[in-house]
Amino acid sequence: MTMHSSRADNHTWRKIMNALASATTFVSALLVIAPLGLIFFHLLANGASSVNWAFFTHLPKPVGEAGGGMVNAIVGSLELLAFASAIGIPIGVLGGVYLAEYGTARANALLRFVADVLNGVPSITFGVVVYGLVVLRFKGFSAYAGGLALGLIMVPLILRTTEEVILLVPNGYREAALALGVARWKTIVYIVMKTASKGIITGILLALARVGGETAPLLFTAFGNRFWNHNLSEPIAALPLQIFTYAISPYDDWHRQAWAGALVLVTGIFCVNVLVRILTRGRTTSAV
Amino acid sequence: MVNLIMASPDPAVVEHVERPAELSPTTEPAPPLTFQVKNVSIWYGEKRAIDDVTLDIASNAVTAIIGPSGCGKSTFLRCLNRMHELVPKTRVEGRVLLQGEDLYSSTVDPAIVRRRVGMVFQKSNPFPTMSIGENVIIGLRLNGVRNQKFLNERLEKSLRMAALWDEVKDDLHKSGTSLSGGQQQRLCIARALAVEPEVLLMDEPCSALDPIATAKIEELIYELKAQYTIVTVTHNMQQAGRISDFTAFLYMGRLIEFGSTTKIFTNPSQKQTEDYITGRFG
Amino acid sequence: MEIATPPAAASLAPRSAAQAMVPPSRFGDKAFEWLTLAMAMAVVLLVILIGWQLWRGSSLAVQKFGFHFLTTSTWDPVTEQFGALPFIYGTLVSSFIALLIAVPLSVATAVYLTELAPLWIRQPIVSLIEMLAAIPSVILGLWGIFVMIPWLRDYPFPLLKRFFGWTPFFSGPIYGTSMLAGGIIIAIMILPIITSVSREILRSVPNLQREAAYALGATRWEVTRIAVLSYARKGLFGAVILGLGRALGETMAVTMVIGNTPQIAASLFKPGYTLASVIANEFTEATTDIYLQALFEIGLVLFGVTILVNLIAQLLLKTLTTTSTTRAVQ
Repeated sequence: MTMHSSRADNHTWRKIMNALASATTFVSALLVIAPLGLIFFHLLANGASSVNWAFFTHLPKPVGEAGGGMVNAIVGSLELLAFASAIGIPIGVLGGVYLAEYGTARANALLRFVADVLNGVPSITFGVVVYGLVVLRFKGFSAYAGGLALGLIMVPLILRTTEEVILLVPNGYREAALALGVARWKTIVYIVMKTASKGIITGILLALARVGGETAPLLFTAFGNRFWNHNLSEPIAALPLQIFTYAISPYDDWHRQAWAGALVLVTGIFCVNVLVRILTRGRTTSAV
Repeated sequence: MVNLIMASPDPAVVEHVERPAELSPTTEPAPPLTFQVKNVSIWYGEKRAIDDVTLDIASNAVTAIIGPSGCGKSTFLRCLNRMHELVPKTRVEGRVLLQGEDLYSSTVDPAIVRRRVGMVFQKSNPFPTMSIGENVIIGLRLNGVRNQKFLNERLEKSLRMAALWDEVKDDLHKSGTSLSGGQQQRLCIARALAVEPEVLLMDEPCSALDPIATAKIEELIYELKAQYTIVTVTHNMQQAGRISDFTAFLYMGRLIEFGSTTKIFTNPSQKQTEDYITGRFG
Repeated sequence: MEIATPPAAASLAPRSAAQAMVPPSRFGDKAFEWLTLAMAMAVVLLVILIGWQLWRGSSLAVQKFGFHFLTTSTWDPVTEQFGALPFIYGTLVSSFIALLIAVPLSVATAVYLTELAPLWIRQPIVSLIEMLAAIPSVILGLWGIFVMIPWLRDYPFPLLKRFFGWTPFFSGPIYGTSMLAGGIIIAIMILPIITSVSREILRSVPNLQREAAYALGATRWEVTRIAVLSYARKGLFGAVILGLGRALGETMAVTMVIGNTPQIAASLFKPGYTLASVIANEFTEATTDIYLQALFEIGLVLFGVTILVNLIAQLLLKTLTTTSTTRAVQ
């Protein structure tokens, strides 16, 4: 009898523990996503009113004058991303192809390992290195330097995603092409990479979204610019850089502009992420 | 190009399994033999998958390779167009002659071998990013053929030979993966035929298909042998009996028996063959 | 079929595929393999290049200050005295605070998402966490300056001071920008990565483990605690170390809220400075060679530490992340 009741108590106790664990972890999950909601709310509350036509068409106004926009920073960011892509995409994609298609298992494990470690190197380090390599050597901040820093950050990101999606391509396609007497490299380029192209593009987009918001590596490479710059060997404006400059400034109007810039930047990044989601929809059902 | 003479190889030659290997390589008899496989052994690393197999494959006939799973059927088939080389650390001993030419000679490019010896796989694998039409001519395209007129010719001809033309001629732009399983497999056959091989290797081409689709492929194989030498691997004994002229029985990497299908299925000379055919093992 | 066509016509339309096809060239295959190999090697070269450039850029400072660089706490560009201790201290303390906050929350969230949550809610939460991960550091910093700091200064900090003001950690005046604020903002930055890596690890726990515990009549939580968490301990530790690596190198957000004052103070309400922040703030102001060299050396220290931490993290996670590399055909 006593034994029976203690067992029942034990059972209740275990049930309470179970409920408690569920509740605690649920609250943790809420706390983890809470900053996202708060940031969104404040971005909209503080930034929405300043995102207007002028923001997308005007240059920054001098201190004290209200209004103006960040068109040069938006265009500058796009230029930097284009230049970064020219470096990061070929190296990352082809390197990923090597890891997936060639090489010995052991050497590839090492390369993969190095890429993962490189992914963890702080982005500001890339800025310092490019400063030493490019800015000091060519005696000036430039769009080239900024683009190079961002491009180098993209390399390990794209390399790993490319490798992963290429490994997902069923071997049957490789065999089918090789059995037609097609050269290995053509099989890889025209069959394997083409089959994995959605995944490769997804990886590229995610890398672009990631470096598009990077500020630290641009501080002393691209440097920033309050005016138009169409000469890539001169300092160039970038949206995250402009947000930073405005955020730490003492002027209320600049703070408003910083919020507006942040809203635009986050919207851009989220659009890319939504695009990625559309691209990868059904990935689990259709092998690639 | 294609040997149009209907071959009726002398069974005495073909059945000669235990033929000694000391035959001089330069004085090979001319066709009707397409392949002459001489003392071939294949290793995957330390593991010997094929052990000293010698056999001749007749032109314009269907040769079936049967045996329990893991007996090396697939490996043997792949050594006929050097596809087994895709697995790292493989090694081949012995010689495989295609129309008298050594496939493994150092001057022979495996890509050329594969153009001459086409292959159809167990699982139909049309390229998912390409249309039906592109699938058929992709081999020619990637092998450098630019002439559009020629490509169109080959497209229609290959699809007709694969008995698929009438079903897809209005949907050539549709994705290859939109077809049914049996149609996909025939599309893969058309794709292999487009590069005009001399031989078609088939690695269990019907094992993933329903009976009706299987019947169609079998019918197709029967028609194709007028123009092609066909080697097929199957684990389905009835199928081997229906479609093949010659049957080779492999067990544990060794060729146990080889001869005309009728003989193998009605009067096998080896006990192991009989046991396998009658379903006592495997 | 085989009837000979005039040679002129043959040049227009080839008679056979064998005639039409271009002979294969081994050059293409070799060239492509070497090209991709070169690109793959680029990651190795990049690591070497970073190390070499940082080493070269800081060699004078390394010679001049030697080991004292890491152990002295005077950072005075005017007198050219450079000691990195305040930055090392600030980096370690802010990262420690960040881990203290982020690890329990992240691991609990990962447990919730893999073991306890109803299925329908899992994917939406995962997507939201991915979105949080996508927010750039500078935007979090902006939010930190204008939203988080004023709120911390007005509500939680005074409370902390009232209840824990007797400890050295929560004493002294409240500025808002502070080591604690820096730690909190880093925590927000590293929540997503620790959560998602932990989630992957918990997902990789074989179901057999769970089933065995369920078969003994365990509740969901008991299954999680006994079968899942103990099995995944090593991997979860790897996730935490990976988070630490990110925390140490976090730059923009922390620069915007930590106060950027090179001092070693017990009170977490006081401003601090981190290795990454000092580079971000002072690099373009470095007027003398030795100043720049000192900043390069800080970069070298940061690089060395993050490489080491990431190395450890990857080794701990290795069993999980190495996908099957066999590409055998059979």
